[in-house]
Amino acid sequence: MGHEREWAGAYMTDSAGVTNPPTATGLQNNTEPIFQSIEEVSSQLASVGYLSDEAISSVVYLADHLSKPVLVEGPAGTGKTELAKSVATAASAKLLRLQCYEGLDESKALYEWNYRKQLLRIQAERVIGSDDDAQQADNSWFSLEGDIFSEEFLLERPLLSAIRESGRVVLLVDEVDRVELETEALLLEVLSEYQVSIPEMGTVTASRIPMVFLTSNGTRELSEALKRRCLFLYLDYPDIERERKIIVSRVPSITTELADQIARIVRSLREMDLKKDPSVSETIDWARTLVLLGIKSIDENVVGDTLWVLLKYRSDLEKAAKELGIPQSGVARIGATHDGTARDGKR
Amino acid sequence: MLELLTTFVEELREAGLPVSATESIDAANALHQIGLENRDVLENALGATMCKSHSHWKVFKTTFEIFFAKISEEKLPGDEEQERSLLRDIDGSGLLRYRQSGNSLLEANLSLDRRDNGMSPDSRDLAQAALEALLSGDDNLINMVARYAVLRFAGMEPGRPVGGTYYLYRTLRALDYDNLAAKIMDLERASAPGGVLSPLQERLARDEHKFHIEKLRTAIEDEIRRHLIADRGAKPLARSIRKPLLEDVDVMHASREELEGMRKAIQPLSRKLAVRLGRRDRHIRKGILDFRATMRQSLSTGGVPLLPKFRSPKPSKPEIVILADISGSVATFARFTLQLLHAVASQLKGVRSFVFIDGIDEVTDLLAGHEDIAEAVRLVSTEADVMWVDGHSDYGHAFTVFLERWGESVGPRTTLLILGDARNNYHAPQSWVMQDLRRQARSIFWLNPEPRSYWGTGDSAIWEYAIYCDTVVECRSLKQLENFVTELAGNGRLPRGHSSTGRIAG
Repeated sequence: MGHEREWAGAYMTDSAGVTNPPTATGLQNNTEPIFQSIEEVSSQLASVGYLSDEAISSVVYLADHLSKPVLVEGPAGTGKTELAKSVATAASAKLLRLQCYEGLDESKALYEWNYRKQLLRIQAERVIGSDDDAQQADNSWFSLEGDIFSEEFLLERPLLSAIRESGRVVLLVDEVDRVELETEALLLEVLSEYQVSIPEMGTVTASRIPMVFLTSNGTRELSEALKRRCLFLYLDYPDIERERKIIVSRVPSITTELADQIARIVRSLREMDLKKDPSVSETIDWARTLVLLGIKSIDENVVGDTLWVLLKYRSDLEKAAKELGIPQSGVARIGATHDGTARDGKR
Repeated sequence: MLELLTTFVEELREAGLPVSATESIDAANALHQIGLENRDVLENALGATMCKSHSHWKVFKTTFEIFFAKISEEKLPGDEEQERSLLRDIDGSGLLRYRQSGNSLLEANLSLDRRDNGMSPDSRDLAQAALEALLSGDDNLINMVARYAVLRFAGMEPGRPVGGTYYLYRTLRALDYDNLAAKIMDLERASAPGGVLSPLQERLARDEHKFHIEKLRTAIEDEIRRHLIADRGAKPLARSIRKPLLEDVDVMHASREELEGMRKAIQPLSRKLAVRLGRRDRHIRKGILDFRATMRQSLSTGGVPLLPKFRSPKPSKPEIVILADISGSVATFARFTLQLLHAVASQLKGVRSFVFIDGIDEVTDLLAGHEDIAEAVRLVSTEADVMWVDGHSDYGHAFTVFLERWGESVGPRTTLLILGDARNNYHAPQSWVMQDLRRQARSIFWLNPEPRSYWGTGDSAIWEYAIYCDTVVECRSLKQLENFVTELAGNGRLPRGHSSTGRIAG
């Protein structure tokens, strides 16, 4: 294996994207900022159905102008992934997504050589050039090597595609806290220099700097090195005003009165110290459910009948029912109907 | 501007936030982009570039507020004209139902003796106004009431060397703060049709007002802080109200609020701890030589066994046994311990939990049966049978009983985790028990909440046990717990510190 690397240095191909590493002062930033002002960020996001607040808009704006990745952290279901998607839609950019999981490696995140195709190529060479003498064989080996480590045999993975894409790109690295600490290092070069080093080919530098969002549920502390390279945005559950607006914008047929009641109940639930707080998406699901059922105003019985949309643990359901003063029969109903699902939800 | 930024960065570092050079450069770039016009945007920008952990946010925010304080144009309390104008604003907002009853807050206030502070009619008026403001839920009004309350009742004097808490206390007393919630609920009930709220409405209203009351309190705190900054300057104040970061808080001396914060942080950590305690040296990738596989492999190289093959080690089911001291000497730590215990137990099956003082009892079922931590902790402290004689820790006796009754459950796959300060009240340490356990168990870890310098002093028997433990670590803060967990992961086992002598042959 080792000798291939050495050869690679001598035969560095000069593909389109290969340039010298950028200097410390900055990347060759020929990337036009997408948003002109913080207000524009808010309005653009609103136009694609994402209600941002000042913190979110400011950070997106800064990320755009400073060409820095954003690390979005917060509890599950607060719209972290949604933010990246919405920014992509708002900026009419292509969204590339890298879903992280334990065991993610280079070949899944950056690039991989198409081994089978390389093998075929070599086989083909052998068949065609079987009569050549030693001198020619030597030459053909060099050209062959230059050949099989070229663009044609490269399989792009999300990080590399994001770098090589010529149009606007939003790169979403989802749930980055799932990969091991060591694997995080894979991301560092891409995030700070916007380049990928491929030993056999050279360094591929971004022709256009992508906007990068990393999301994390905070199940572990990310490495300092990673954090240092990113802007940090903490997405908590929205306050009651924003939640109400989100409900109204996502469930158009809802009355403001009902939306208000929903937001208030959800806030109370989140105060309750449950195992899993209801997320924004679950809140929206609940609002949809209530609208479908044709409910105009929420009372104890309605909550008792539909609480399972919001809460997925049996113990949470029981606790919430108790605290919200849902009559005993309601609790029993919840327990009986959704016992199985609640259990299954627990790992 | 750069000057301003570097001073701010210094402030942050002094407050304990790890701000690196690159991050401050980013902050400078960000400043360049957004300017200084909008304070909120500035805060978001500086936060995004320099505060990279949510648990640090509170410290960042306080530092920011003090450093970039809105310099209050108001003079210090005692300026009647200013009070009056503020009152006029409050009256003028038209939001107070109270005003319709005829007397305005302004009039009520003028006739009063200025020296009086506390439970005068004036303060009752103000308490009423506060109530109305809260009921209306109007932010602006709440802020005005807070400002007035501070001016009138905090009794602030320039140069007086008392902390903000004293002023806060005085202001809150004048507002009858403790009873605000109850009073509001009475009003809510009175305005409900039929004078009765359904349980759901009641709960929602209570939460709503709790939220507003919290807002009022924050407004008052902010106002007091503004006055203090105007009086003393930002820097000395920053120093006097600085609090340690959550991860550095000493568990033994943590406040309720801090413990609450820790509880939230402990959940993800405990999962890691559980997984890592249970993991059997994953890093030893190879077991014994697999002769068959080696021969088969050698066929592809013409019978020459170039690549020896090894059996992969059998994955073992983790068995974790946790012994936790819940005696009085570690009362606060015990809360922390129980939270940890509960969190670990909920993450992994095959965790057996025991608590002890001078007796010992198994609480695995108690913890498993209750997913609600508060309830589980209460049950453990009331139902576990951990008293033997006098309720003073006796590690020797507790361990002996453990060995007698549950000793068989400790096998070669068991990891033993002991949480306690080893303060034995001069009872016999019975360290032979540990020696026995050491022979049976895979490894023993001990987390001690005492500072290392106290170990072995007085009645601490930690060193007598330590020689049988793989590692004894000081665990007084979240950070230390996290370090322990990280080291566990580092190489499968803990590095042998000087506190351990390793496995005793036997």
